[in-house]
Amino acid sequence: MMVSCKEVSQLVSRSLDHPLPISERLVVHMHLMVCKLCSRYRRQLHFLQRAARRLPEHLDETAMPPLSDEAKQRIRADLDADKENS
Amino acid sequence: MPTASDPHHWLDNYGDALYRYAMLRLRDSMLAEDLVQDTLLAAMQARYAGQSSERTWLIGILKHKIVDHLRKARRERPLGDDIDAAADQTADLFDQHGHWRIDISQWSDPDKALEQKEFWRIFRECLGHLPPRMGDALMMRELDGMSTEEICQELAIDTTNNMWVILSRARLRMRQCLDTNWFHRQREDKA
Repeated sequence: MMVSCKEVSQLVSRSLDHPLPISERLVVHMHLMVCKLCSRYRRQLHFLQRAARRLPEHLDETAMPPLSDEAKQRIRADLDADKENS
Repeated sequence: MPTASDPHHWLDNYGDALYRYAMLRLRDSMLAEDLVQDTLLAAMQARYAGQSSERTWLIGILKHKIVDHLRKARRERPLGDDIDAAADQTADLFDQHGHWRIDISQWSDPDKALEQKEFWRIFRECLGHLPPRMGDALMMRELDGMSTEEICQELAIDTTNNMWVILSRARLRMRQCLDTNWFHRQREDKA
């Protein structure tokens, strides 16, 4: 059975979310044996998933602004108010 | 023996991390500030069991608040919009026979990128460039580890099949963005 790179790219992505049925796994496997671009693409998607999972540990390195001082003060006051009420 | 921690200590030590995480997911600073506050208030009521680090525990509480918010938001602003509108920018990447129209260049030593600060900045920006709901779906999948069925429910996407298509496009766009803004530049620096 012939599948296109476009279909394989979708199946490779799907395999990251859900195990593929054996027939589709076979089709992908055969295609990857002869297609250098799709093989690279598959490796790169696996890398993307690994990186995405580690992003939360690296948020301080992303140049995103921190919580502003005003917001910190406001939250601090609200925490105190809540403590007194409880 | 874990002790009850002071909420002020949480705010001082993890406030920025919580805020950045909320901004990553919600892209709205007022909302992000509110959820940081809600998270700390909820944490005061809860008990820290000491099984994970305090930071991980607090981010876990925040994640729940974020998913609650996304669920409510999609009730108020039901479906439509950007996922379809962004329809298929990725279609141009294949010719009419479904062959790659672009070169999928090799990425040299991608794991080394994970050690570099600049890489994370670009990674975050690439996520930010996805159409919002596409980004929401990808982050629910990769950061929250939700199943595609759960994501369909939360985002009111009608079929799992559509969900797979959306995730596949999101990944392809992320691949393109990282290739252009990081790996391509690495190749040029070497050349």
